[in-house]
Amino acid sequence: MLILGWLDYMTWINAIVQGLLLGGLYALLAAGLSLVFGVMRIVNLAHGVLAVVAAYMGLVFVQTFDVSPFLAIVVVVPIMGLLGFAVQWGLFTPSLRRGGLSPLLVAFGLAVVLTQVLQEIFTADTRSIQIGSLASSSFEVTPDIFVGIFPLITFVVGVCVIIALQTFLSVTPLGRAMRAASDDPETVTLMGIDNRLVYALATAIAFGTVGLAGIFLGMRTQFSPTFGDAILIFAFEAVIIGGLGSLWGTLLGGLVLGVAQTVGSQINPSYGVLAGHLVFLFVLAVKPSGLIPKAVDR
Amino acid sequence: MNFQSTQIRVRRATTASKIGVVALVPILIFLAVIPYVLGRGTQQTLVALFSFIVLATMWNLLAGYGGMVSIGQQAYIGIGAYGLVYIADTLGLDPLLAVPIAVVIAGLISIPISLLAFRLIGGYFAIGTWVIAEVVKLLVVQFPALGGGSGISFSALSDFSPGRRIAYVYWFALIGMVVAVAVTYLIMRSRLGLGFTAIRDDEVAASSLGVRVVRSKRIVFVVAAMGTALAGTMIAANTLRVQPDSIFSVQYSAFMIFIVIIGGIGTIEGPIVGAIIFFALQQWLSDLGVWYLIILGVTAILITLFLPRGVWGLISANGRIRLFPVGYSLSVTDLAKSLSNKERGINEP
Amino acid sequence: MRLLEIDNLDVFYGDFQAIYSLDLHIAEGETLAVIGSNGAGKTTLMKAIAGLAPSSGGQIRYRELNIETVKPFKRVEMGIALTPEGRKIFRSLTVEENLKVGAHTKRKGPWNLSSVYAAFPLVSERRDRLGINLSGGEQQAAAIGRALMSNPDLLLLDEVSLGLAPVVVEQIYAALPQITGNGTTVLLVEQDVNQALKVADRVQCLLEGRTALEGRPQDLNRELIASAYFGLA
Repeated sequence: MLILGWLDYMTWINAIVQGLLLGGLYALLAAGLSLVFGVMRIVNLAHGVLAVVAAYMGLVFVQTFDVSPFLAIVVVVPIMGLLGFAVQWGLFTPSLRRGGLSPLLVAFGLAVVLTQVLQEIFTADTRSIQIGSLASSSFEVTPDIFVGIFPLITFVVGVCVIIALQTFLSVTPLGRAMRAASDDPETVTLMGIDNRLVYALATAIAFGTVGLAGIFLGMRTQFSPTFGDAILIFAFEAVIIGGLGSLWGTLLGGLVLGVAQTVGSQINPSYGVLAGHLVFLFVLAVKPSGLIPKAVDR
Repeated sequence: MNFQSTQIRVRRATTASKIGVVALVPILIFLAVIPYVLGRGTQQTLVALFSFIVLATMWNLLAGYGGMVSIGQQAYIGIGAYGLVYIADTLGLDPLLAVPIAVVIAGLISIPISLLAFRLIGGYFAIGTWVIAEVVKLLVVQFPALGGGSGISFSALSDFSPGRRIAYVYWFALIGMVVAVAVTYLIMRSRLGLGFTAIRDDEVAASSLGVRVVRSKRIVFVVAAMGTALAGTMIAANTLRVQPDSIFSVQYSAFMIFIVIIGGIGTIEGPIVGAIIFFALQQWLSDLGVWYLIILGVTAILITLFLPRGVWGLISANGRIRLFPVGYSLSVTDLAKSLSNKERGINEP
Repeated sequence: MRLLEIDNLDVFYGDFQAIYSLDLHIAEGETLAVIGSNGAGKTTLMKAIAGLAPSSGGQIRYRELNIETVKPFKRVEMGIALTPEGRKIFRSLTVEENLKVGAHTKRKGPWNLSSVYAAFPLVSERRDRLGINLSGGEQQAAAIGRALMSNPDLLLLDEVSLGLAPVVVEQIYAALPQITGNGTTVLLVEQDVNQALKVADRVQCLLEGRTALEGRPQDLNRELIASAYFGLA
C-alpha cells in the first residue's frame, strides 16, 4: 500500500514538472504580448496568429531548403522583426492616433485577415515541424519522472528570453526610452525621442520573440491556421495571472498556467484547458492585479 | 437679443427622423407580408439577416455606447440557443414561452460574469470575455442532457408543416428584431444613454456629476447579453440544430465587429446598415470562400483608420441625418434661419 | 542675434483661440520672462515653441529657420528643451534614469550627470529614487536637470514655481545663474511676478492671448505691471 501511495504522489509531481516545462513555452509565447502592452497599451489581438505565421514560415523554410529547424530560427525571427516594425509603423501607430477603440479593432481585423490568409495558403490541415529524434528524447530524473530534452530546451529559452527582455528594458537607453514612453508618450518627445521609432522597435522585438515562440511551438506540436486563437488565450492568461506590466509576472503566469493545465489533464484528459481557464478566472476574481503587480501604475 | 420675440424649445426629433418614422411603417408592413410573397429559402435568409441585425445592434450598444469591446458575446448566443431547445423540447414548454425564459436566464448569468469581466479593461476585457465564452462552451459540453459534444436538435416545432414553421419563425424573428432595436433605441435616448455620452467624454467628470458609471455599464452588459441570447434563439429556430463548436464560435464576434465597424459604430442606424451590407456581400462573394473574410477584414481595418464613422457616417454626413434621433437640440424660432448649426447649439452625442 | 522670433502667432486649444497674433523675440543669451494670469496663454505659447501645440497662423523662427512644422523631437535636436508645466517626471524611472533619458540627443555641452548633480544637490541626493516617490520641489529640480541634459541653446521653463513652497522656489531659481552663465538662452513662464522680475533681462506680460506689456524690469513699475497683468484699462 505504501508503494502505491508513493506512485500516486509521483504522478502529480511529474504532472507539475511537465507543467513547468510547458509553462516555459507559454512564457515565451506571452513575452511579446506583455511587452507591446507595457510600452504602448495596445492589446495585440493578432499575437496568437503571429506565432502560427512564424511556425508556417519555419515549416516552409525547413521543407524548401532541407535544413535543421534551428537554422530556420535565424531566418524567421528577423523577418518577424521587420514585419513587426512595419505593422507598428503602418497600422498600429496610426490607429493610436485615431484613439478610442481603433487599436483594438485594427488588431482584431489583422488577426482575422492573417488567419484567413494562412487558411487559404496552407488549408486547415495540421502540420508540424519535424525535429526527428529530439521529439522523443528524454532523460530520467527518477523512475517516474522523465524530462523531455526538447521541452527542457524550450523552457530554458523561455526563461532566457524573459531575462533578456527585462535586462534590455532596465539597462539599455532604448529600453529606458520605451519605459519612459510607457509612462508619458507626450513628454518623451520632449527628450528628443521619436515615439514612432520607439514603438516600432518595441513591436519588432515583440514580433521577434513571438516568432521564436512560434517555431518552438511548431516543433513541439501539430498546428493549423486557427491555432492562433488558443495561443492568444493562453498568452493572455499567462500575462493576467502573472500581473500586467511585469515580465517576471508573465514568466510566473506562464508557469502557473502550464502547471494548471497539466494537473488538470492528469485528473481527466479533457479538463486540461478548462483547468487553466478556471485558474485564470480565480486569479481574476481574487487578485486581479496578478501575482506580481506592477510597482507603478500609469 | 430680444427675448420677447423668440421662442426657445428643446426638441428631440429631427426632420429626417420624422420622415424616417413615416417610412418605417410601410417597410415593416412589407417585411410582415413576405411569407405570403417570397419562398422559404428567402425567409430563412432574412431570419439570418434579422439575427445579425440584433447581434450587431447589441454589440454596438456594448462597444459603441458602453465603450466595452467584447469578443465573447457568442457565450450568450449559445445560452439563448441551448436555452430555447432545452426548455421547449426537453422541458416541453411552449416555444414562445421558452424564448423569454432563455433570454432572462442569459441576463441572470451575465450578472456574475460582469463581476469578473469588469475587473479587466480595454483589450484585456475583450480577451477576458472570450475566455469566459470558452469556459461556457467547455461547461455546456459536459452535460449529456445538452447533447454533449455533438449538440441537440430543435424539434418542438416539428408538428407544423415546413412552410408554416418557417413562416412562424420568420415572424418571430421579425418581431424579435424590432423589439431589440426598439429597446436599444429607448436606452440610448434615455438618461442612461445621456450618461454614457458623458462617460465616453470623461469618466471621472461624469462620475462626479452623479453618473453611476459601473452600474450603467452593468445594465448595458446585461441588456446586451439578453439581446444576444434572443438572437441565439432566432438562430436555433432557423437552423433547427445547435452544435457547441458552431454556436459558440468566435466567428460570430468577428462578424458582429466587422458589421458594426463597416456600418458605423455608435449609432442605431449603423449596425442595421452594416448588417445589410454584410449580407449583400455574403451573397455576392460567396464563391470566393476564404477571400470573403479577408476582404471583410481589410475593409474593416481601412474603415477604422480612415472612415471611423462607417458607411452610415458617410451617408448621414457625419451624423447630421438621424433617423433614430437620440440627441437634443434647441429650436429657436426667429433666429433659427440666420444662425449656423453650431451657433444654434445643436448637440451631437 | 535673435535666437527665437515669433511673428503674428495664432494658436488654438481645441476650439478656443489661446493666442492672438502674438509677437515675441528673444536674443541669444537673454533671459525673457513671460508673465500673466491663468488662461493668458503662457503654457500654450511654450507648447507651441516646443512643438506640442500646432500653430494656426504666423511664424516661429529659430535661428532664422521656420520651425512651425518641425516635430517636437526634432526641435530638441536643434537645441530647444522644454521643462513642461507639471514637471512630467517619468514615474517608473529613477531620477538618474530620467536624466539619462534627457540626454538622448547626445548634444555636446557643459551639462552631463555630474554637472547636473553639482548644480542641483537636491537631485543628486535622490538619484536612485523612483519618479513617483519625489516631492514637488525634487521633481521640479529633476525636470530642469533633465532638460539641461540635452544641452539646449534655448531652455523653456514652464511655471517652475507652481505648487511649490517659496523656500523651494528660491532654491530652484538659485541654480539659474549657472544655466545662464553658460550662455544658455532662457524663456521662462511665471505666475510669480516678483521671482520673474528678479531673474529676467526682459519681461513680457500676456493677457488673454495678447501682449499687454513688454520691457526691462528696471523700466517698469508695479502699477504698470499690475494693470497689464489684470487687464485694467
